[in-house]
Amino acid sequence: MNFDMGAYSVYIWPAYGISALALAGITLWTLAAWRRAKARLAALEKRPSQT
Amino acid sequence: MSPFAILLTRDIRLAARSGGSAALALSFFALVATLVPLGVGADLKLLARVAGGILWVAAVLAALLSLDRLFQGDFEDGSLDLIALSPLPLELTALAKITAHWLSTGLPLTLLSPVLAVLFNLPGPATLILFFSLLIGTPAVSAVGAIGASLTLSLKRGGLILPLIILPLLAPAVIFGAGAVSLALDSLGAQNALGLLAAFSFAAVLLSPFAAAASVRLNLGG
Amino acid sequence: MNFLFRYANPHEFMRLSGAVLPFTAVATVLCLGVGLYLGFSVPPDYQQGTTVTLLFIHVPADVVAELAYGAIAVCSLLSLVWRHPLADTAARAAAPYGALFTALGLITGSLWGKPMWGTYWVWDARLTSFLLLLFLYLGYMALWNAVEDEARAARAAAILALVGVVNIPIIKFSVDWWSTLHQGESIVSGKVAPVYLWPLLIMMLGYVLLFLTLWMVRIRTVILERRARNLMQAGTP
Repeated sequence: MNFDMGAYSVYIWPAYGISALALAGITLWTLAAWRRAKARLAALEKRPSQT
Repeated sequence: MSPFAILLTRDIRLAARSGGSAALALSFFALVATLVPLGVGADLKLLARVAGGILWVAAVLAALLSLDRLFQGDFEDGSLDLIALSPLPLELTALAKITAHWLSTGLPLTLLSPVLAVLFNLPGPATLILFFSLLIGTPAVSAVGAIGASLTLSLKRGGLILPLIILPLLAPAVIFGAGAVSLALDSLGAQNALGLLAAFSFAAVLLSPFAAAASVRLNLGG
Repeated sequence: MNFLFRYANPHEFMRLSGAVLPFTAVATVLCLGVGLYLGFSVPPDYQQGTTVTLLFIHVPADVVAELAYGAIAVCSLLSLVWRHPLADTAARAAAPYGALFTALGLITGSLWGKPMWGTYWVWDARLTSFLLLLFLYLGYMALWNAVEDEARAARAAAILALVGVVNIPIIKFSVDWWSTLHQGESIVSGKVAPVYLWPLLIMMLGYVLLFLTLWMVRIRTVILERRARNLMQAGTP
């Protein structure tokens, strides 16, 4: 693999960097929301409904 | 008078009464036309170049001013429910409101535009094209605007969302309208641009009553 | 159509998506990995030099940007015409991802533009169309948030999405027409040399799989949130 982008490095790496950050970020957000929802539902299902 | 005509004259009269929506739109239009040279400089050649775009954008924004009240007033006092129950199909109601809106904003703006074109040093032939582009294109602004107005009629602060929703949809009108003026300025034929604008307006006025009626129904029915 | 309605039931959707997700997730990672490896192994383009590597993250982002809006439009149609119960949830869930990929397309396009055309922003037809698409996404999400009653919000958003999707070809056409008016030639050429085609296609597939995976997880999350809300409301007198 060739990582030497020469003169264009200053454009290519930020583009890849921002893409990677944004995609990783939204993936983490998605997974965190999923885990939160799962945990909340599990907690509610364990507890018998209180009146 | 037909139900359509009754609704039309009623809406025009309401528009004229409530703060004179035509006067408001015209003042806004003229103000923007005044501010831009202040912001951009008095280079007359530059102003002539940007006149089409600036005046078109200003006209769209001015027409936007009264759009959020298009259905909201009738919705709030319950008359929209009654209107929906009347024998006039809701689509024709929407068309009547679109027409009333155009007559009280788009048309006056079009009539004022040659005067403002003078401020921008726009030559005669280009001014004529500007006039016709606004005449043909402002009905589309009212039509597409009605879709946004009907979607947001139940919102208290819906006024902020309305421009966000409809401005992207109006990009073609601005492009063809201002483009026509630009072509006229270069003494190239503007017929194609005006033709495309006319097609866009025609489609907008024909189709938007359906979308607006559907939106009104969903807001009334719940 | 019946196939779609079999999975209209949230339970069925959870079952199906739960089975499919591991595969799409793994496939995503594989495609992105292979795509990136290939993308960095290609020779520089004789015209664009090494900036051709931006092709591999710019075009896939654009593809997903349009795909997501198409998905929202289809879900909106299913919601309004056939009243498919999950369609509203699916449509709303897709929007943030669509908006993000659109923004990424704009950013990568802009960074590609600077070495190619000298400025960070060029009002060419593609970039301008995608800028307008970003606003369409923002308006769609704003409408969902603004209307308080969820059922009404869903239908209003569906109408807006359908109006938007009808407008998109018109907007693209008008922006194309406009760009030839002011600049003559459209700037980005459509041809891709074969050696770049494979990394591009694999990255496109990877991006699409990523979107589908995240979208499914999001829909599942909303289903669970709704169940939790129902339990809470059942528990209180």
